Amino acid sequence: MLIRRQEAWMERESDVTPESLYRNRRELIRGLGAAALAAPLLGCGPGGETTEKEADAPAGRYAGVPANSRYRAEDAPTDYEAATAYNNFYEFGTGKSDPARHAGAMVTDPWSVRVEGAVERPGTYAFDDLVRRSDLEERIYRHRCVEAWSMVIPWIGVPLATVIARLGPTADAKFVQFETLADPAVMPGLSYPVLDWPYVEGLRLDEAMHPLSLLAVGLYGRVLPNQNGAPLRLVVPWKYGFKSIKSIVAIRFLERQPATSWNRAAPHEYGFYANVNPEVPHPRWSQASERRIGEFRRRKTLPFNGYADLVAPLYAGMDLRRNF
Amino acid sequence: MSNRAPLAIGKPLLFLALALPALWLVWQWLAFAAGAPHHLGFNPQETSNRFSGLWALRCLLLTLALRPFSQAIGRPWPLALRRMTGLYAFAYALMHLSSYLGLDLLFDWKTFTRDLLERPYIGFGMATLALLLPLALTSTRRAVRRLGARRWLALHRLVYIAGILAVSHFLLLAKGDLREAQIYAALIAGLLLLRIPRRYFLRDIRGQRAQGPANG
Ligand code: HEM
Repeated sequence: MLIRRQEAWMERESDVTPESLYRNRRELIRGLGAAALAAPLLGCGPGGETTEKEADAPAGRYAGVPANSRYRAEDAPTDYEAATAYNNFYEFGTGKSDPARHAGAMVTDPWSVRVEGAVERPGTYAFDDLVRRSDLEERIYRHRCVEAWSMVIPWIGVPLATVIARLGPTADAKFVQFETLADPAVMPGLSYPVLDWPYVEGLRLDEAMHPLSLLAVGLYGRVLPNQNGAPLRLVVPWKYGFKSIKSIVAIRFLERQPATSWNRAAPHEYGFYANVNPEVPHPRWSQASERRIGEFRRRKTLPFNGYADLVAPLYAGMDLRRNF
Repeated sequence: MSNRAPLAIGKPLLFLALALPALWLVWQWLAFAAGAPHHLGFNPQETSNRFSGLWALRCLLLTLALRPFSQAIGRPWPLALRRMTGLYAFAYALMHLSSYLGLDLLFDWKTFTRDLLERPYIGFGMATLALLLPLALTSTRRAVRRLGARRWLALHRLVYIAGILAVSHFLLLAKGDLREAQIYAALIAGLLLLRIPRRYFLRDIRGQRAQGPANG
């Protein structure tokens, strides 16, 4: 009887976690550790040893990308499964599992991004022209959702500043706006106006140029899964997750502060800045603590999500309660 | 049809059916605690809070719906289920509170008091529970006798207020997508509307009866 119960148990387990994925994940995490250690010592560059043996074509594409040890959260990375199955991507539905269920239909290759506005080299850029493989690095960031949960994600990406510098914003450019794909053919969530589609987000130019701002193309050494915002998404780890816009199709350089989707939907609840701030509650819930996915106890939320020493100077002299 | 037959089958069936979600939730938490696979998802507390809250609201809604249902089928037996469904609503609300206060906040009373004072939606939830408490306490036959039917009925009309507060709680906490909360709000509003004109309607009939020959 005990044995039969155990069998049932294992069946269910493998339902949830295909064994190959599970094994991959373990190897991967070990690999990540090794890469992080090796990078500063050996200057391990792209094309270095891949850490995934069973590299099934696209999965391990970024396995050899060097880790940037400057940006490496101490916290243990969230389980790969959780990070790729518990998502907010309202274009695919408002449930946390909707994105993983529906986003597979989105075609991310080929992909192009329109660059517009106050910029020297506007135009439509193919993915590979915007993101060069040699610029890629891995960074482990904390990710704090406005809904008071958080994760720790090893991203693969390019510093946003590198991309912006190449595009050459003119002196008029004070802000950057990003836009998400809005394709009703593959995005069932668009049929209901939870937000005013397409989703748009924005940063002040100095925020966008800050070394922490990342344009991510992968996580855990792999290509970004669609539900995480493939093929190209923003990651601004000191701000609530909704600022880190997914599946970017347009980048605009503007003189004035751009509209942003959540702010437009509920201006008193979601500000333009949306810096993680335990002192300023969301009108409907506290931001003082958060649930790290995978942990039972809540933890205290840190100012600027723990990146205060790096980004607080951006907001010197600003009233962060008013500019929430 | 007699009142007995449908109740004899319906009541135990409904009792079982409404116990299942609670048993499921307890089972999932036990599995979680044992480190076994479970269906609480990646944010178990969120799943548990929402699941128990939703069932509290569903039981409340069911309780409110039994009178119009009884009227629609022209039989009294559904009325006799209301005590059970009402007590289930209260039980799920208690489970919901335990889930939030116990498993989510781990009895962090400071945060809970701040939540109560600062978050309207928590206040509405607590008020709903506070209204359901006296109804649960006076759900016995003895209580009806002790209070007298009139006062007992007046007290138990609070269940409509509880319904309004519960959907307000839901509407206030929903982020972005209000559809589900709006559906429940519409159902509660519909049930309230059914309740009100009926009384006017009855008064009209009584008035007509007093004036002249009835039409049937
Ligand atoms: C006792 C005080 C109560 C507290 C502290 C409370 C708290 C909460 C919390 C924290 C949530 C989850 C919010 C989220 O995850 O976004 C929630 C959801 C909910 N609660 Fe309550 N609640 C209370 C009473 C009630 C009562 C009495 C009812 C109904 C009779 C109720 C119905 C609901 C419903 C329907 C939901 C939403 C479920 C969903 O999102 O699917 N709550 N409540």
